[in-house]
Amino acid sequence: MAIDRIFKDEASEEKGERARMSSFVGAMAIADLVKTTLGPKGMDKILQSTGRGREVTVTNDGATILKSLHIDNPAAKVLVDISKVQDDEVGDGTTSVVVLAGELLREAEKLVAAKIHPMTIIAGFRMAVECARNALLEKVVDNKGDTEKFRSDLMNIARTTLSSKILSQDKEHFAKLAVDAVMRLKGSTNLESIQIIKKPGGSLIDSFLDEGFILDKKIGIGQPKRIEKAKILVANTAMDTDKVKIYGARVRVDSMAKVAEIEGAEKDKMREKVEKIIGHGINCFVNRQLIYNFPEELFADAGVLAIEHADFDGIERLALVTGGEIASTFDNPESVKLGHCDLIEEIMIGEDKLIKFSGVAMGQACTIVLRGASHHVLDEAERSLHDALCVLSQTVNDSRVLLGGGWPEMVMAKEVDALARKTPGKKSLAMEAFSRALLAIPTIIADNAGLDSAELISQLRAEHQTEGCTAGIDVISGSVGDMAERGICEAFKVKNAVLLSATEAAEMILRVDEIITCAPRRREDRM
Amino acid sequence: MALAFDDYGRPYIILKEQESKNRLRGLDAQKANISAGKSVARILRTSLGPKGMDKMLQSPDGDVIISNDGATILEQMDVDNQIAKLMVELSRSQDYEIGDGTTGVVVLAGSLLEQAERLLERGIHPIRIAEGYEMASRIAVENLERIANKFEFGETILEPLIQTCMTTLSSKIVNRCKRSLAEIAVKAVLAVADLERKDVNLDLIKVEGKVGGKLEDTELIYGIVVDKDMSHPQMPKQIEDAKIAILTCPFEPPKPKTKHKVDIDTVEKFQTLRKQEQKYFDDMVQQCKDVGATLVICQWGFDDEANHLLMHRNLPAVRWVGGVELELIAIATGGRIVPRFQELTPEKLGKAGIVREKAFGTTKDRMLYIEHCANSRAVTIFIRGGNKMIIEETKRSIHDALCVARNLIRNNSIVYGGGSAEISCSIAVEAAADRYPGVEQYAIRAFGDALESIPMALAENSGLQPIETLSAVKSQQIKDNNPHFGIDCNDVGTNDMREQNVFETLIGKQQQILLATQVVKMILKIDDVISPSEY
Repeated sequence: MAIDRIFKDEASEEKGERARMSSFVGAMAIADLVKTTLGPKGMDKILQSTGRGREVTVTNDGATILKSLHIDNPAAKVLVDISKVQDDEVGDGTTSVVVLAGELLREAEKLVAAKIHPMTIIAGFRMAVECARNALLEKVVDNKGDTEKFRSDLMNIARTTLSSKILSQDKEHFAKLAVDAVMRLKGSTNLESIQIIKKPGGSLIDSFLDEGFILDKKIGIGQPKRIEKAKILVANTAMDTDKVKIYGARVRVDSMAKVAEIEGAEKDKMREKVEKIIGHGINCFVNRQLIYNFPEELFADAGVLAIEHADFDGIERLALVTGGEIASTFDNPESVKLGHCDLIEEIMIGEDKLIKFSGVAMGQACTIVLRGASHHVLDEAERSLHDALCVLSQTVNDSRVLLGGGWPEMVMAKEVDALARKTPGKKSLAMEAFSRALLAIPTIIADNAGLDSAELISQLRAEHQTEGCTAGIDVISGSVGDMAERGICEAFKVKNAVLLSATEAAEMILRVDEIITCAPRRREDRM
Repeated sequence: MALAFDDYGRPYIILKEQESKNRLRGLDAQKANISAGKSVARILRTSLGPKGMDKMLQSPDGDVIISNDGATILEQMDVDNQIAKLMVELSRSQDYEIGDGTTGVVVLAGSLLEQAERLLERGIHPIRIAEGYEMASRIAVENLERIANKFEFGETILEPLIQTCMTTLSSKIVNRCKRSLAEIAVKAVLAVADLERKDVNLDLIKVEGKVGGKLEDTELIYGIVVDKDMSHPQMPKQIEDAKIAILTCPFEPPKPKTKHKVDIDTVEKFQTLRKQEQKYFDDMVQQCKDVGATLVICQWGFDDEANHLLMHRNLPAVRWVGGVELELIAIATGGRIVPRFQELTPEKLGKAGIVREKAFGTTKDRMLYIEHCANSRAVTIFIRGGNKMIIEETKRSIHDALCVARNLIRNNSIVYGGGSAEISCSIAVEAAADRYPGVEQYAIRAFGDALESIPMALAENSGLQPIETLSAVKSQQIKDNNPHFGIDCNDVGTNDMREQNVFETLIGKQQQILLATQVVKMILKIDDVISPSEY
């Protein structure tokens, strides 16, 4: 008698062709899912969460869509993962990377069906990637030296990125916003100093970039609403009852009078603390923690503006912009660095009051206030803007730029095709497949825009036979056009990351010939 | 089921509740065990060699692991069968002992079982088979010793080490940049190796991974990388010639371990207590400053006030550093771990040439690099890769490569890979078989056949004609009396593994044969399987 079960109940095993099939199908299903969001005429998806409230998200961002999916297929999970990494690493191209990986697998499936060993396919893919990357490297434009041109490059990239998002109507406006914000960073990729505040109401075009810093907090009652030449102390300290931190300390009294005394002492302590703080010669005090009524009153008496409960990010950012330090002890006022700004005032956006710090010492930080009709719009706008900011900040560091609109794919496909013709052996088939997969991206962009993709791609291919061609798909006019003229640009870093991680993922899935699924861990049914 | 009856025809009860237990006896039991063992081996068979495929495993929590490493695959599988569990153990012990060859050992054990099944069918007693295997394994190990080559390496001659690590890495997904990874592994091992004692403490090599970038960006850092950042956002991001105080006490008021209470019943007490508290923080920071520390690394957290004081006195600090990392930092910087502020002295400080914070990607991930340490005997391999799974798999591959390099430092004998060593052993075993009188002869010959399964699987996975290739290589070995001929998996055009630079460690191979034989012997000796019924 043969024992055919060596696994636990419910654990399953898929082998050989079946395993490959299941992972191909899974990966392609994911790619097909996000495929329709690609390009300037891509559509959005509605996601409804299963959690309480059934919250709805409307988005066009590949990473956001994939993150929210509950996926069972292991190969699909690989794709979700690469899209997430793409998001973390460069911020944009999250859809392209999944679509490219899916197309690579679709082509690989055909080759496997034609009895070509997966390892041969991988070898071919690897050579193709190398070749494609070199082709791109040859064609990149680097305008780092020329500030004027560099800025226009950035504008073009921002416009191109934004054109596939909800902000495409006002892309000129937002591209300028994003470029301005990123230029202020002066080469740092630290996006923390760009704050995005969302306020429903108004329309998207009303969004603006504020050079100062806006804190979504209220000013304490009875305190000045406007301070010029402010000296700011940024603090992280307890302003409620300052507890004794020595372990095991407790208050034990035997009469009511004593309680009152100790309470008095506590109050004195607080008063002392407030006096010390005021002794720094400040007129604005921002604390991360709560400020109780009592100290608040003291501050109001001294004419100091006190802001409580600024969250951690807010505090860090404020300290960064105003050039102060985050203080927790107040004994040596002479050595604490205070923050400075020209003007603090309360402003109204929509119905809400916000505190604005303008004329700050460090020009790096800025705030973008987004306005829009609803929360969904604002959320999506934030995501789009975030993508644009990420790409721009990466481009500032690595200023190599490529044309967009399917141009890089055409260039790569051409080179890979040429290599395939020169390579003997079965590997060349894999390379041809690779170039077909690359072509799929402009095809999908055209299809999504409702254009005749077959016609356009073949035209484009013919155009690209001439050296130094700059033709790509112009979705707006629905024809082949000169990308350089239309200012459609993409960052080299994004394309490079798309290419590498898509191939890496495809390779990984191709190498699998067996899937073993463990029995799912049992959960208590709480539903 | 056999039952014993007494004189009156009543059955003796030997096993309680016999009916509800599954019981397999005699030949049935052996056959069942063998088939279970074989099916585990069959899963791994396709992963062998440079053209081996990967397995995708989904854990009970839904995480996906893609791996080529035998030990990892088996460990993640939800195995229920007892014999299959033995095979899992087998691969694990190879992993602990040698670190590499975890797939090969299982494949070998599987084919030994397969051969044993045939012998059992002929009616040979399992114990005789086991004994025959034992003798054969001795012959094989001796033969390995005979064909092994020793090579010399030193601080400057790294090439042989790198070549051997490359052989290991070539079967993994990282083979795209095996050369650079092999170099990293060898350099890392040599940096921490004690060449006098021929020992390597792999704990000193930290393998850290971060998604993003590409595999080529993987680097070896002579120092430590910690996934932490400075405790205060405004502390300096780079410190040169750092003197590091390594603390295991928190910057917080002390918490005596004995139970106590401090009673506050008067205003004076309240105030003195407060003063005391402020002094505590001041003293702590001052003590660190006094000994000349320019960086504080602490295992515990800081109180807000202490944090600010540190910032204020211009003393950068890192908090919540894990125990293992703390030890590594201490080793690398030559510092001492200090459990109390009072015990801080200038001699106990660690030294590092440069400490810097580095940011990655668009999220605010930061890591702390401690480099140019006083004592570079702790190193970090920092892996970058396209996604989480690649990084995990690279970590495992690097671990294998590190183990191989370590084994070579312990014992610098190598055998040639590509199945050549197995073929040579198989020839030796078969030649020896004829000299043994008795039934064992058959078992020994079967062992020889089983050894051939490894080159056979290699050829199969590489898309070659298995039987044809194997017989060609085998006849070539005998004709030229050269044990270096193996399977040409990568289509290089030569069968000579010496030319292809495919090496494996001698102890790894020996261990494979010994471990596989032991497990097979154990499985063969089982003749009764009693398992509780399902409930």
